[in-house]
Amino acid sequence: MNDTLILRIISAVLYILLGGLFSGFLAGLDRKLAARMQGRRGPSVFQPFYDIGKLFSKETLALNHGQFVIAFSFLMLIVATGVLFFAGVDILLVFLALSTAAMFLVFAATSSNSAMSTMGAQREMMQMLAYEPMVLITAVGFYMATGIMNNGVGSFKIMDIGSNDLPAIIYLPGIFLGFLFILTIKFRKSPFDISTSHHAHQELVKGVTTDLSGRNLGMIEVAHWYENTFLLGVVGLFFLCNEWWSIPLAVVAVLVVYFLETFIDNISARVKWELMVKLAWGVTIVCGGLNLLVLEYIF
Amino acid sequence: MPPCGHRKVKNMELFIAILILFPFLAAAVQALVKNNSLRKLTVYISSGAIIIATIIFAVMNFGKEQAFLAPDLPLLGFDLIGTVNYGMLAIEFILMAIIIYLSFKYKKYWVALLSVAQTAFISWLELSGRAHAENAYLFCDNLTLILCLMIAVVGGLICVYAVGYLKDYHHHHGDEVKDRRSFFCSMLFVFLGAMFGIVFSANLIWMYFFWEITSVVSFLLIGYTRTEEAVNNSFRALWMNLLGGVGFAAAIGYAAIDLHIFNLQDLVNCNEDVVVIPLICLALAALTKSAQLPFSRWLMGAMVAPTPSSALLHSATMVKAGIYLLIRMAPAMEGNLVGLTVSLIGGFTFFMASVRAIIHTDGKKVLAYSTISNLGLIVACCGVGIDETIWAAIFLMMFHCVSKSLLFQTVGSVEHTSGSRNIEDMHGLIKRYPSLAVAMMIGIAGMYLAPFGMLISKWSALQAFVDAGNIILVLLLAFGSATTLFYWTKWISKLLAYARPTIRRKDTTSLDQWISIGGHTLIMVTLCLVFPFLSDSLVTPIVNSLYGTTTFKPVLSDENLVILVAMIVVIALVIIAGFILTRLVKTKNTTVYMSGIDTGDERHYVGAFDEERTMYHANWYLSDTIGTDRLMNVSTALAAAGLIIGMVLTIGGVL
Amino acid sequence: MAKITKSPWLLHYDGSSCNGCDIEVLACLTPVYDVERFGIINTGNPKHADIFLVTGGINEKNKAVVKQLYDQMPEPKVVVAVGICACNGGVFKDAYNIIGGVDKAIPVDVYVPGCAARPEAIIDGVVKALGVLDEKQKAFKAAKKQKGENK
Repeated sequence: MNDTLILRIISAVLYILLGGLFSGFLAGLDRKLAARMQGRRGPSVFQPFYDIGKLFSKETLALNHGQFVIAFSFLMLIVATGVLFFAGVDILLVFLALSTAAMFLVFAATSSNSAMSTMGAQREMMQMLAYEPMVLITAVGFYMATGIMNNGVGSFKIMDIGSNDLPAIIYLPGIFLGFLFILTIKFRKSPFDISTSHHAHQELVKGVTTDLSGRNLGMIEVAHWYENTFLLGVVGLFFLCNEWWSIPLAVVAVLVVYFLETFIDNISARVKWELMVKLAWGVTIVCGGLNLLVLEYIF
Repeated sequence: MPPCGHRKVKNMELFIAILILFPFLAAAVQALVKNNSLRKLTVYISSGAIIIATIIFAVMNFGKEQAFLAPDLPLLGFDLIGTVNYGMLAIEFILMAIIIYLSFKYKKYWVALLSVAQTAFISWLELSGRAHAENAYLFCDNLTLILCLMIAVVGGLICVYAVGYLKDYHHHHGDEVKDRRSFFCSMLFVFLGAMFGIVFSANLIWMYFFWEITSVVSFLLIGYTRTEEAVNNSFRALWMNLLGGVGFAAAIGYAAIDLHIFNLQDLVNCNEDVVVIPLICLALAALTKSAQLPFSRWLMGAMVAPTPSSALLHSATMVKAGIYLLIRMAPAMEGNLVGLTVSLIGGFTFFMASVRAIIHTDGKKVLAYSTISNLGLIVACCGVGIDETIWAAIFLMMFHCVSKSLLFQTVGSVEHTSGSRNIEDMHGLIKRYPSLAVAMMIGIAGMYLAPFGMLISKWSALQAFVDAGNIILVLLLAFGSATTLFYWTKWISKLLAYARPTIRRKDTTSLDQWISIGGHTLIMVTLCLVFPFLSDSLVTPIVNSLYGTTTFKPVLSDENLVILVAMIVVIALVIIAGFILTRLVKTKNTTVYMSGIDTGDERHYVGAFDEERTMYHANWYLSDTIGTDRLMNVSTALAAAGLIIGMVLTIGGVL
Repeated sequence: MAKITKSPWLLHYDGSSCNGCDIEVLACLTPVYDVERFGIINTGNPKHADIFLVTGGINEKNKAVVKQLYDQMPEPKVVVAVGICACNGGVFKDAYNIIGGVDKAIPVDVYVPGCAARPEAIIDGVVKALGVLDEKQKAFKAAKKQKGENK
């Protein structure tokens, strides 16, 4: 019991220390990979870190004090969400904390009273509308899969989900697919990067972050890194069980998923929000809903 | 049987009688008082008395469960109960007469028919002696106490609010609306008395009596302004509620004649198959009262009424009467067709109403749809009928009551101060009226943000639905949560826009309004902070007593509850730290990016012909996609079909 | 300390250019030249940008726009005038509405001549601008430090 508590604290602390670095590094890799896919050399893999360093060293132009408060809250809440996740508490709680944190990005955008940001914020909300059901269903799926493997005693606790006899993915292929689908939205990758993009695609002049600069923008970017690490953690959770081989399996799965997202980003064009919501909800109902029904009535 | 001594029980009965009757007395006083300052004084005194008396009553009887009260209260040596029954019958006839008069006056004859039918039926039952009950008429347990506190505290504060609000209201509307303030305040108190009556009644006929009073009060308040729209809407509310009343009467009749059951507790504990017939009839009554699909339209129409009545009747308390009834019935609905029908209608309403809430710019309409939607969730919880969902339902009810009442009042005050209750016009409210904006944001946060009450309850509802194995409800809840998230987020983001105000106006919200808004805010925050305590000491015992167990454990583990409270603290700290840090870090002020053509005030830009043009950002309302009436009509039709099929199958299945 | 020269983000503004230079600017982003390998990003947003790259001359109507965009860029920042029109008005110099080069509106740090300026020249100019940016960053930091001491 004590061992698990220590383990939980260690992983939470590791997340605080390395969570941002890990995703920052992945982001660099992503840009390198994308460049190679397009026949370019691409920037250094450490480029994201140079960018963040620069943002924090520059002057910060702000429209009001609210911007800083909200951007800061966004960063802190995202980190708190990830800490809760890696500390192994209730996964529903973690997802609910995530949506609360995500709200602050919207507020950061609208508090500026700028046209581009406001438009970006509306689209960001549209994105939340699109992915939110699948997120909740993912949590429910974990619960039910744990229940099946655990003689009917389901659990939302991440510790329990990750220590079953088999990886949850075996029972949750549909939900995994659905989660991958909305992951594209959360990673702000094409075709669903409609509110802001991680590239300089200039959609809405960067949408939600248009009127943030310097330190404020830097905090948002760091928050995205932490968020991505957390999301990849959820991907890993699909593969974790109480066998040693599940850990390398999870790591490989995370990397493959990330590569897949980069690939999708490179081969697809941005869609309109209507299509995004329709697709996301459709996939949620078909993949998520069917998976849940199968779990409930067949197992 | 009374767990405490006989003498004590009598005191309790007397106390209950006072609680029910005092508001009626206060109402009579209000009806007579025509002077404004005297009205203010009397409202403050009456509300204060009701709040204090209820709190004392609640503290005294806290934890004393199932105090059935004997009907033969010998007082002054005559048959008190009999007299009361005849008195109620007489009042029912008076109500009927009022309805008939008004429906002929406004040429809505069919409404009179509904009223005559049920009143005649009930009086036949009573006069023929078929409804002669031998057991408890009054009843009190923790659930009753919670409802009492909600009614007294929220209701009392809203009455105080109403004093300040109506002054502004008539100031704004001038001669368009006839000043009937004493009538309005009087009706609010009548309503409070009736609500006390509903929650304290064990006897179905008594409950029905108070139920009808609330319907009529709601009808009269919706028609307050007497405009054509108000009259039409009030009649719609009336006929729908009367239809529910017919269901109620049918349930009473069937229970009394076929089952010889006269009170709600016996009905719920009855083991016979046919009990589902009165149950589904009562469910019909509850669904109409709680404005579930297909009966949602009356609540939307009710928004023409002055805001205090929207807050009190159409959001915080009256619609909770239906929920209260369903919570009481929940143990009997588990796993049968009644429960299935109710839960599916609730879940469907939750989703559809939250979708509809997206398209409205009118603050009150959004609140109304959100009310319907949240009631739907509670109804779904009741319909599933297992102990976990009831735990969630009670919490949802409490939090919804406080935060929705707070929201209605802030919207009302914003409307009076700024002249509009349109959400688009609330752009930058944080700059213009910071206190109102913050109160409103706390209300909204209470409705949907982690870790505030509604969200916690929603979370436990989700968990309970999974445990109950109801995947359809899980899906409806998942999608409904997303749409809920959408319409609240865009509302808050409107408030938070740091726009430079174009017109500066003074915040004219009166002290009366602030007392109530402040009180609500305080209650809201306190409720969130003492959540784990509430769960252990208040709600868990209720669930135990409803299900006759002692082993119920809340859906959310203690660890989670503690984390949630910790989260509130963390969020508060983060925001405070943010504010402190802004003082320390250096920023330079700038203007918004507007492709370099901003004229300097962030509201205008230079057009192609060098002229100054105004910029305006609106929220998205998706009116092209989901704004059509067809969506509402189809969902109403679907829900109606579902309800009818459910009723037919239920009744047909046991006959 | 983070070096700004490793992550120069760029804002490209087309004054009254004939689009010749603009096409060359965009050509720098193609796989052939791939300026992203220097960490250069074409942001399109003054608030995120470090380098203000202007093509075409300044006229009466875009003078205020260029000024506003420049003001909305956070310090330290540099301006690169690309193409002869941006340098001094080019062939449009005597046109009735043309005021002249970018330096008529805002201070310019690097001039890249050419009609149209070749991608190689543009990249050269930007790299030169990076040197100026580096200097400015040092000055910015020193000023910041001094300000802190004065406090």
